[in-house]
Amino acid sequence: MKADGIGASVKRKEDHRFLTGNGQYTDDIILPRQTYAVFVRSPHAHATIISVDATAALAMPGVVAVFSGKDIEDSKIGGLPCGWGITSKDGTPAIEPPHPILCIGKARYVGDHVAVVIAETIEQARKGAEAVEVDYGILPAVVATGTAAASKTSVHDQAPNNVCYTWGHGDEAGVKAAFANAHHISELSLTNQRLAPNAMEPRAANAAYDRSSESYTLYVSNQNPHVERLLMCAFVLGIPEHKMRVVAPDVGGGFGSKIFLYAEETVLVWASKRVNRPIKWTADRTEAFLSDAHGRDHVTKAQLAMDKDGKFLGFRVDTTAAMGAYLSTFSTAVPTILYGTLLAGQYTTPAIYVEVTAVFTNTSPVDAYRGAGRPEATYVVERMVETAARDMKMDPAEIRRRNFIRSFPYATPVGLTYDVGDFDATLDGAIKLADVEGFAARKAASEARGMKRGIGYSSYIEACGLAPSNVAGALGARAGLFESGEVRVHPTGKVEVFTGSHSHGQGHETTFAQVVADKLGIPIDDISISHGDTGKVLFGMGTYGSRSLAVGGSAIVKAVDKVIAKGKKIAAHLLEASDTDIEFVNGEFKVKGTDKSVPFASVSLAAYVPHNYPLDKLEPGLNENAFYDPTNFTYPAGCHICEVEVDPQTGKVEVCSFTAMDDFGNIINPMIVEGQVHGGVAQGLGQAMLEDCIYDPESGQLLTATYMDYAMPRADDFPNFKVGTSVTACTHNPLGVKGCGEAGAIGSPPAFINAVTDAIGVKHIDMPATPERVWRAMQTAVSA
Amino acid sequence: MSVNVTMKVNGQSVSATIEASMTLVEFIREHLRLTGTHVGCNTSQCGACTVHINGRAVKSCSLLVAQAQGAEVLTIEGLAAANGDMHPMQAAFKEHHGLQCGFCTPGMVMSACELKGKLVDPTDEQIRASIDGNICRCTGYQNIVTSVKAGLAAMA
Ligand code: FES
Ligand code: FES
Repeated sequence: MKADGIGASVKRKEDHRFLTGNGQYTDDIILPRQTYAVFVRSPHAHATIISVDATAALAMPGVVAVFSGKDIEDSKIGGLPCGWGITSKDGTPAIEPPHPILCIGKARYVGDHVAVVIAETIEQARKGAEAVEVDYGILPAVVATGTAAASKTSVHDQAPNNVCYTWGHGDEAGVKAAFANAHHISELSLTNQRLAPNAMEPRAANAAYDRSSESYTLYVSNQNPHVERLLMCAFVLGIPEHKMRVVAPDVGGGFGSKIFLYAEETVLVWASKRVNRPIKWTADRTEAFLSDAHGRDHVTKAQLAMDKDGKFLGFRVDTTAAMGAYLSTFSTAVPTILYGTLLAGQYTTPAIYVEVTAVFTNTSPVDAYRGAGRPEATYVVERMVETAARDMKMDPAEIRRRNFIRSFPYATPVGLTYDVGDFDATLDGAIKLADVEGFAARKAASEARGMKRGIGYSSYIEACGLAPSNVAGALGARAGLFESGEVRVHPTGKVEVFTGSHSHGQGHETTFAQVVADKLGIPIDDISISHGDTGKVLFGMGTYGSRSLAVGGSAIVKAVDKVIAKGKKIAAHLLEASDTDIEFVNGEFKVKGTDKSVPFASVSLAAYVPHNYPLDKLEPGLNENAFYDPTNFTYPAGCHICEVEVDPQTGKVEVCSFTAMDDFGNIINPMIVEGQVHGGVAQGLGQAMLEDCIYDPESGQLLTATYMDYAMPRADDFPNFKVGTSVTACTHNPLGVKGCGEAGAIGSPPAFINAVTDAIGVKHIDMPATPERVWRAMQTAVSA
Repeated sequence: MSVNVTMKVNGQSVSATIEASMTLVEFIREHLRLTGTHVGCNTSQCGACTVHINGRAVKSCSLLVAQAQGAEVLTIEGLAAANGDMHPMQAAFKEHHGLQCGFCTPGMVMSACELKGKLVDPTDEQIRASIDGNICRCTGYQNIVTSVKAGLAAMA
């Protein structure tokens, strides 16, 4: 293994700048003639906007301009688009109501953007925003997900019963037949609560218009600058793409919430031309709680039919999923394509049917959040399997083994083809790492202290590496899902790589450089990775769905291969050999079977100083780019085991140990992968133990919009996690990688809840399993 | 209302006439343009804005500039050597992968450095309890704990 190549825990290249305060995040940027924006947000969940009066605001010192929905309407700007079309089971398309960038006529959630005030300083913008007088006519609000479809109030006139779509997927008749023949049917009702993503860097944008070139520059805290540009230019503002540069500089975490095209940055870009000044906006934390797209928010009923041996025969899932007040960019795809297709889990269940009713509510929009659909699917499957094991009085590991998929490729009844996997390996590995053998003794010890101890498993699988564009297109995607990579070799053999993937914590500057160092046989310090700037990178679909390495990395490998192929031709000329006799090993072009060779840097120099060069056959220069479109999803999978101790006096749950045994395919940088697992598990356990977006059921006020009210996981909430990996290499991408960014958040919640319910002997408890909830559940269990 | 303030920031004397309502973090970021100190909440709950005042770690979003009058302020920019060589705590974070997106990192490092002298040969649990005022959404804290432990050992 090359010391800085594939498989090495290389320390990160990006760390020095972050550790010394030299990172450059969007809010760190101040442009000449900078102005600042503050949004006037609706204090009501649902209201008609009777009037917006900016007179007083405009008279305030420093206020440059005030815009409201009227201005948007007058300039005929399109609304924010939804990027994924879903078709209801009756064949009708999902209802996609307009999503104006400033409210027109109505405000539909607390935090909806009513107006924007632009001023010389942030303080003046704040004061100006307070002076904008908005007259609201308060309307009743639709709040709860489960009852939205029965509400007499409509969030949008286009969807009178608040239903966006009712999507059916799988074999309904097959499931019915399986149920008719079942030995036992296990049932479970559960909620997957709404979460706020809470990247530590709040969303921010700084938009500038240059009158001379009639072009725009947008700095924005975003995971996919080209997608941002495409959606904003082509679908909303009608700006030609070559007149718009989007830069997503250092980005302080995303977790999905920075994929989407939001109203704020779109307003800024539009207004920057109006005021002919750069405009900056940075969310404060409460604004982030209100206006970042939330995650999850499902209400589900599931039934699993089994034969007498615990073999799964049929699985039916009925889910109501909240969309919030408007359709965010990928909102429609999350509870369908990314959820329903994962309901086979790791099991051979032959018949599966899922029905999803997506509803509008007067709440913040809901979209992809770390895992996006797959945590929700895993939660349903793994809670269901646990329930089934208990119903059947089977060991939870045994019931899993009895149903594992073992031959690959495997076509599930819900539309995916798993290319490879070894679910026994991750289960067995996790059992060993978690010392399940010693559990009985530990439980006895806990009981001796008056405590209750439980253990919970979760065998998850996810579809990552989004996505084969043609498959995604057939499923309703309105974008391609390939990735681009460019490898620019300089005359001296130093290499700059441009990738359409975006790093906001993942460490691409290191991992991608390792891949290139490995392939080109040059030191990692000779390589730099550039990303996040449409002015530099040729195109990109960005980073989400654990796709960066599997798709973006593959594009880079393709481009590197082209560099090597051209290099061989140049080397053949230099070495006076035939192209086909040249091989590239350890950074040198060699004539096979001889000791004649020429180093990489000599070939690159020849390419740029083409004196001795086959100019008749070959262009000078050594710069290649590639687009890679995957042929299948990748399928990271694994087993998580959680062990908890519950204090019956208080209901407080302590995570005693958490074990993650994951199969991510080949691993480029184990240190970074482990870090991703730690972070993902913490987010998943955060959901399971602590986090919850709570709306007042009447007023629709978000009651958890600060860190005083929304419980973020902190350092003392967890023990050290035990992390291991086993490998089955992905069969269809050049690196054999699957992706690791989301697994932790996907696998951990059901492992935790399975452990808690095991400890206290109840069938189910909803997340977050707060001490109060656990304590109450124990009281019912005792009295029952 | 304007006030005059004078303080030492990263060893350099600074004085300015500023709005009395200005917070220390705003002064550091917007006035001094030391943007390594971050704002994650502005309500003293996340620790992203942590700096040292006279050697003590404080959340600079919860202080008015005037409260730092005459003080010695150390921000993340002042921690490394002038030539960019990292402080042992910074080096430990790099060595043990104690950061991902880097946004919580300056505050986390400043909080960690203050533990020197407070914790002697600390356990993981003690470190976890000591940094619970700093939120990190990326790392799951485990590598931060390892980093802090190594950093404190290197500072001893
Ligand atoms: S910004 Fe000061 S504690 Fe969060
Ligand atoms: S490294 Fe991203 S918040 Fe801590």
